[in-house]
Amino acid sequence: MTRDPCDKCEEILQDYLDRTLTNDEWAEAETHLDGCDYCRRRYRFEENLRRYVKTSAVERMPPGLMEKLQELRGLDATA
Amino acid sequence: MSEPEPATEARRIAAEARDRQRFEEEALSFADQVYRVARRLVGSREEAEDLVQETYARAFRSWRSFTPGTNMRAWLLRILTNLNVDRGRRIQRSPQQQPLEESDYYLANKLASAGGEEVLEQDHVVERMSQDSVVNALASIQPQFREVVVLVDIGDFTYADAAQILDIPIGTVMSRLHRGRRALKQQLAEETMA
Repeated sequence: MTRDPCDKCEEILQDYLDRTLTNDEWAEAETHLDGCDYCRRRYRFEENLRRYVKTSAVERMPPGLMEKLQELRGLDATA
Repeated sequence: MSEPEPATEARRIAAEARDRQRFEEEALSFADQVYRVARRLVGSREEAEDLVQETYARAFRSWRSFTPGTNMRAWLLRILTNLNVDRGRRIQRSPQQQPLEESDYYLANKLASAGGEEVLEQDHVVERMSQDSVVNALASIQPQFREVVVLVDIGDFTYADAAQILDIPIGTVMSRLHRGRRALKQQLAEETMA
């Protein structure tokens, strides 16, 4: 295992996590991650981080807003 | 040309009223998701509420321009992001130039050098950062990058949807997303490890 950043992995991190790699690229990445602790830990971390960012950033609609939106129904283009 | 039969005209009006009602109900079913994006694009809850109300007022007024069967959630967000630009919210207190983002592994590397490599294996390591710090870090990203991160990572839109909503090429969505996520991690590292 190397302590140096793995350039290839860093390059494909986004596509891997977004699941936009081709099948061949995916297989290649999986093989590499199986043998590289350095990258595997970072990928795992990034996955957790994305989930956490979403959980933290999602805010539900404040009470009362839906009623205000309901009141807008039937608005006319000419109004 | 003769006037339409009163009965025919009445049926047409009734059918249109039903279409409109269906449209409004479908649009309202996305309200929570629309608000979720609005809230992270603007600075306060009040502004987000205003923006969502303006979006729905515009959507209800232009319901005929929506093509049934197409992606209504994306259509609503297109209206919302355009209104947001119109109101100049996009240029709120942002630095003239986004500093060059560090690497994708920047935050992970910082945590690893502070707590050891194994710390990255722990599911809870991310939770040591407060949710407020995540929200603040997100808010600090330059708007053009933030809107893509918010649409894709918070709103669950695909690259293609985000491209359609913002009227930019998919490649631009991907590069802004990449830069936005890097900026987010850099900011998180600064906020939580200072």
